[in-house]
Amino acid sequence: MAQITYREALNQALREELDRDERVFIMGEEVGYFGGAFKVTDGLLAVYGEKRVRDTPISELTIVGAGIGAAMGGLKPIVELMTINFALLAIDQIVNSAAKIHFMFGGKATVPLVIRAPQGGGHQLGAQHSQSLEAYFLHCPGLRVVIPATPADAKGLLKTAIRQIDPVMFLEHESLYGVKGEVPEDPEFMVPFGQANVIREGKDVTIVTYSKCVYDAIAAAEVLENSGIDAEIVDLRTLNPLDMATVVTSVKKTGRAIVAYEGWRTGGAGAEIAAQIHEAAFDSLDAPVVRVAALDSPMPYNKHLEHASLPSAGDIVKAAEQLT
Amino acid sequence: MALERDKHTAQHALLTLHESQLLDLYRRMTLIRRFEEKTAEMYSRGKITGFCHLYAGEEAVAVGAIYALYDKDYVVSTYREHGHCLAKGAEPRVVMAELFGKATGISRGRGGSMHLFDQDLRFMGGYAIVGGGLPIACGLALAVSYNEGPEVVCCFFGDGALPQGAFHETLNMASLWKLPLVFICENNFYGMGTLVQNAISQEELYRFAEPYKMPGVRVDGMDVLDVYGATMEAVARARAGDGPSLIEAVTYRFRGHSMSDPAEYRSKREERIWQERDPIKNLRRRLLTEKRATESKLGEVENEVAATIDDAIKFADESPEPSMDELGKGVYASEDK
Repeated sequence: MAQITYREALNQALREELDRDERVFIMGEEVGYFGGAFKVTDGLLAVYGEKRVRDTPISELTIVGAGIGAAMGGLKPIVELMTINFALLAIDQIVNSAAKIHFMFGGKATVPLVIRAPQGGGHQLGAQHSQSLEAYFLHCPGLRVVIPATPADAKGLLKTAIRQIDPVMFLEHESLYGVKGEVPEDPEFMVPFGQANVIREGKDVTIVTYSKCVYDAIAAAEVLENSGIDAEIVDLRTLNPLDMATVVTSVKKTGRAIVAYEGWRTGGAGAEIAAQIHEAAFDSLDAPVVRVAALDSPMPYNKHLEHASLPSAGDIVKAAEQLT
Repeated sequence: MALERDKHTAQHALLTLHESQLLDLYRRMTLIRRFEEKTAEMYSRGKITGFCHLYAGEEAVAVGAIYALYDKDYVVSTYREHGHCLAKGAEPRVVMAELFGKATGISRGRGGSMHLFDQDLRFMGGYAIVGGGLPIACGLALAVSYNEGPEVVCCFFGDGALPQGAFHETLNMASLWKLPLVFICENNFYGMGTLVQNAISQEELYRFAEPYKMPGVRVDGMDVLDVYGATMEAVARARAGDGPSLIEAVTYRFRGHSMSDPAEYRSKREERIWQERDPIKNLRRRLLTEKRATESKLGEVENEVAATIDDAIKFADESPEPSMDELGKGVYASEDK
């Protein structure tokens, strides 16, 4: 298997799906001639042309709305939002249209639309360019929320997203584009939705996480091992569908759980996961579920303040030590 | 200038349409009027609830515009969409059943008055966020263009949608990509209770076409032939690959914004003036004066329509409620059985 980056894995998935299905096309700001603001669509325009790799004006609401309309018209659009922060300009079409059309039109319309967007902090981009907004979409019935951590999952989940029929928010992390990993080259390699991945087995505490925090959890587990704490790590991979069965099985074994995520602590995805753990496994818990998340504050520009605002491996270690 | 052209277009349509077509226009408008009158009655009887926005007074716009389309062409609409949906060919039975919230409704009782939809009729939905249908219409037109299809997308919206960003983004994109779109702005002078001149800096709404480099025209939205004529031109342009057009149809809703609005912001005098311009009565008078229809033929149509709507009410009333087993289902297409 080849070692490629998360960015290359996404690019590969896009190429394979563009090759496989004529109805698949990409649309978004700077996806063509610029090659994507984060270079995920790099090189695609030259191969597939303007029809299938379409640069758009800066009009997020209508980019997403047009993606919905094109999907209803029989195409399989992949819309790229330059960053998740701009999804807020399109939230009407995402929440009021994409998420509801299948239901409110009596099941007769489908919206096979994938909306890709990078999110996350850590690059000193300030308050408006450092957000992790997965909880916004998790909150809304009708949307699938996919949030891969590894290059293999990035590829396999994106291919699944493109081939299925529900609208998908596909959330990438800006800090992960350069991360390398083994990725199958088989064009039929897919990662199913709703299957969490136990990436490290342990018996003392379960760390439930996704996206970039998976790497913080891995680093934390190594530190914890030295102090005799054996951590199990569950990478959720998709938040909708949410594989609570795998989480609950793990928590019943370890008796303790930390939810680590980069969204704001209050009302974040971790709050929902913690609540569900309490509902499903209260009797197995030796301690309340703990959240390790971002500070409830707009992101400061200053490097040290930004670092301290984000959840880290150290925070996870501290939480685990207090729990065990 | 625009009004001179309008009269010409309408007169041309009157001369070129066959008697059966003129009668068909009359039938469609009468059907919508009767449907809306009965809807109001059913609302006051508690058979229909929720928000309900009636189209009475504006029939000439939906009927005239949609008459210029082929069955395969798409229509995207708003929350005041009973008229568009019926004009696109929906059975009054299933539309009324939807308003009653019944399982037999066009959206299975899930949508209600504001969310009618029928993929087979290419009636692509009523959207209840002002301006919400515009970007979706843009996407449908993009799909047509992508597939090099012959279809045209006709997108209806009210004057209230013009100050929305979605309107400007969509017109820009549609023009930029020369999409096969016809934008039809139903200017009924009020966005809910706010006058157009209190909401929009340019009250000649068709002029918004100019910055987006597309033709813009103002038509008499109380004259079905005028709307039809102008839409024919716009549709031909779209189908030929020359891009979108904007039609402003000046019209008037005979009732308030919704069933709960007594329209106290309008004067009785103003309402009377517009009642005299009733698009259905005017077409009737014109067809008789120009000897394009007989009193007995028109009477026949009216009776037929009345029977159709009575049947729709009966069907809706007798239809079953959606099953409680449906609760929580239908959210994800991938989970449908």
